[in-house]
Amino acid sequence: MTGLTHLTMAAALDGLAKKEFTAVELTEAHVKAVETIRPLNAFITETPEQALAMAKASDARRAKGEAGPMEGLPIAVKDLFCTKGVPTTAASHILDGFKPEYESTVTSNLWRDGAVMLGKVNLDEFAMGSANITSHHGNVISPWSPGEVGNWSRQIVPGGSSGGSAAAVAARAALGATGTDTGGSIRQPAAFTGIVGIKPTYGRCSRWGVVAFASSLDQAGPMTRTVEDAAIMLRSMCGFDPKDSTSVDMAVPDFRAALTGDIRGLKVGIPKEYRVEGMPAEIAAIWDQGIEWLKQAGAEPVEISLPHTKYALATYYIVAPAEASSNLARYDGLRYGLRVEGASLKDMYENTRGAGFGKEVRRRILIGTYVLSAGYYDAYYNKARQVRTRIKWDFDEAFKTCDVILTPTAPSTAFAIGEKMDDPIQMYLNDVFTVPASLAGLPGMSVPAGVGSDGLPLGLQLLGRPFDEETVLRVGQVIEKAAAVTATPPFMA
Amino acid sequence: MSYIQGETGDWEIVIGLEVHAQVISNAKLFSGAATAFGAEPNSQVSFVDAAFPGMLPVINEHCIEQAVRTGLGLKAQINLHSVFDRKNYFYADLPQGYQISQYLQPIVGKGEIVLDLPDGSSRTVGVTRLHLEQDAGKSLHDQHPAKTYIDLNRSGVALMEIVSEPDMRTAEEAGAYVRKLRSILRYLGTCDGNMEEGSMRCDVNVSVRKPGAPFGTRCEIKNVNSIRFVMQAIEYEARRQIEIIEEGGKIDQETRLWDTTKFVTRSMRSKEEAHDYRYFPDPDLLPLELDADWVEDIKKTLPELPDDKKARFISEYKLSPYDANVLVSEKARADFYEAVAKGRDPKLAANWVTGELFGYLNKAGKEIEESPVSAENLGGLIDLIADNTISGRIAKEVFEAMFETGEKPADIVEKKGLRQVTDTGAIESSIDAVLAANADKVAEFRSGKDKLFGFFVGQVMKATQGKANPALVNEILMAKLKG
Repeated sequence: MTGLTHLTMAAALDGLAKKEFTAVELTEAHVKAVETIRPLNAFITETPEQALAMAKASDARRAKGEAGPMEGLPIAVKDLFCTKGVPTTAASHILDGFKPEYESTVTSNLWRDGAVMLGKVNLDEFAMGSANITSHHGNVISPWSPGEVGNWSRQIVPGGSSGGSAAAVAARAALGATGTDTGGSIRQPAAFTGIVGIKPTYGRCSRWGVVAFASSLDQAGPMTRTVEDAAIMLRSMCGFDPKDSTSVDMAVPDFRAALTGDIRGLKVGIPKEYRVEGMPAEIAAIWDQGIEWLKQAGAEPVEISLPHTKYALATYYIVAPAEASSNLARYDGLRYGLRVEGASLKDMYENTRGAGFGKEVRRRILIGTYVLSAGYYDAYYNKARQVRTRIKWDFDEAFKTCDVILTPTAPSTAFAIGEKMDDPIQMYLNDVFTVPASLAGLPGMSVPAGVGSDGLPLGLQLLGRPFDEETVLRVGQVIEKAAAVTATPPFMA
Repeated sequence: MSYIQGETGDWEIVIGLEVHAQVISNAKLFSGAATAFGAEPNSQVSFVDAAFPGMLPVINEHCIEQAVRTGLGLKAQINLHSVFDRKNYFYADLPQGYQISQYLQPIVGKGEIVLDLPDGSSRTVGVTRLHLEQDAGKSLHDQHPAKTYIDLNRSGVALMEIVSEPDMRTAEEAGAYVRKLRSILRYLGTCDGNMEEGSMRCDVNVSVRKPGAPFGTRCEIKNVNSIRFVMQAIEYEARRQIEIIEEGGKIDQETRLWDTTKFVTRSMRSKEEAHDYRYFPDPDLLPLELDADWVEDIKKTLPELPDDKKARFISEYKLSPYDANVLVSEKARADFYEAVAKGRDPKLAANWVTGELFGYLNKAGKEIEESPVSAENLGGLIDLIADNTISGRIAKEVFEAMFETGEKPADIVEKKGLRQVTDTGAIESSIDAVLAANADKVAEFRSGKDKLFGFFVGQVMKATQGKANPALVNEILMAKLKG
């Protein structure tokens, strides 16, 4: 039943409820799909036995009338979430052999609600990257790559850091996948692979059990093929967790119920500063198209100003590496993961961390250490914190005159491996539209809006007020429906 | 002011102390793991303490309460807004690669500690701040010839770092400071003050200067773990610095260690080698916001602290400042004393507690909590003196037996037949016998050798095995000698 892998979550839930197929059948189809898409290198660890066991248990629950909101839905888990008894690598050599004895809160929530784990998907090492090319386990290839499978004419990147999640979902090997977003790591790969990805408000999803990159920015979220599926999965992932001090004690709404399609009278902010110089014409065009769609649905576009936007990227690339340099200090070869022996403790540290971390991770640890150093702290880290507050204020101000903000997700369609690789700054520019909302802790979603001249997907981004994922999802679904993108990746399971 | 005599004249020592006090709490500062002392290595370690990937700290509210309580006990400002920072450095027993501490915004600000000096005078030393931080684990270098073993039981245990102003000028003052701080912490129940088990440790900052001159360059002596060592280290370090300066040298700001076998301080690392800790606010924890009412509620539960107790003992029991000090230095001692003094002569009670009892305890190496003599029994003994059942002299004998057996004083008096003789007839016959046996001395006394009176008293007491009532003996003896 290969058709099963092309279902949406909502349709799969329907089929399961109507007994058209079982969770085991649905899972078997996906386990096979996971094997089929191996040329994409999307998975680091496949867990077929576990998936089938979970599916069996799911069918049993359903038979007893105890079906959860995601009962029987096979999903992939970004390999940044700790999963009990299953290797968790963060796509880094330094976590070699690490098998957690605990389960992250977000994945626990998903299993509680009935979801089935297909395996752990690839990512940029420690979620640091925008193209999924920094993984110790090799780069991920987008299913949108043209040419013969395994012999692509252009190897397109899936975006990053949640590149494995994006590729697996786009290639129909999973109904959805968990992602994490620190500066755009859910939204940008979603845009690059033509799927939906939402980063909820900072504090919605517990960070407990998620390998930390930049603690004040990291936030988990779902990556799915439709907005409705994102609403289903987000609801299961969210929730207050006393084990995470930054988790927010707020009721989780039924996000699916917010998808009314009615956005009449809603004010949609269009930030003038996002019309960056050199923006490709087709990006500007899809943005304008998005505005038009929302207008037609009864919303009112308003121009807004986010004056500190131009400092956002620089701010992000100080704050995130600073936190990362400290968060990654625990990988020292002493208690778990890789150890490369040395004559002294210092040698062992240097050997282990030198061998264990890839180039991009080392670069960010160095940047982070530098900006926190005595004599540079005020000029860099402290200044960045101040600017971050200003950026937050910009949004507070803007949301006085609008209800949601519409922007492009990324400044271009996906690029091919080898492009933008020489200059890290060029790579960092990918995050220019996603980073400000991360710094402000706001919910942001990327929705497929069309395809570019190169045949690759284009996404639009919606940003909302803190804890107003409902408006973001509602408006997102209006765009999704208006765009009605029919293009699919050339390579699907 | 007491100065040290150098080759070039007087020198003044300037001392500041940073005391690390382990918070009394069943669980660690940011994890639920246990904190009991002496457990099997690595048996009290959570995934948070061992810094496993994805683990997050959660503030233990009890530890916050303990810090606030301590701040209030130090008459310090409680900061309703404080921030936890990360202090970054690599070491094998620091699993996270950083210590969660408080840097720019500690939970407690300025306070003070009144030192009670041996001469009965007192002196106030400023407390700069108190902040909360995690302890690191322990490196065991003596378990294997080439390897170091790590015990993470201590990793994450809550510490209060209490920083003094550079207000102390002698080793004795520094000793008095640590003693007083320890006493306050014990009264508050926020730290057990047990330096042998490492629940209290001192970093000692020492510099020297000519009287009236600006502060000199200081050296920090790390991790000194007894009051005696604190004082010895200061004496040594001051002498060392004076010698260097007098020989034309310069003091390098550095971190030193106290060598407990050679009794010297040794350089550990220079200023150039000092860590750049790259402090920044811990993004895993929100700023700590305290409610003013909550702090007020804690304030209401504070016990009477040593200074107040001392003042009360002086005014209520008319004790000398010295005795009051000795009694209030430990809450258990003060409580014991008050139980003994209740309804009795407070001065007499103080004499028995500070004299006999503390003397015996000291000799036996026992704490007041382990005293074989209960407060009730010591009070009973004093009652026996007051109602003339026994004399003060006999009471000391009874006390000795009480200390050995823990028995009631009345039982001992009964068993040993130590009841005082107040029967004038019996005393008279004893006196008559003594006078008859010493007719020559009687003659000498009568010819003006008054000093012999004591001799006769002694003889009579001897004859009665000390049981005769001394007042009656005096009275009858005098009458008979003069008669």
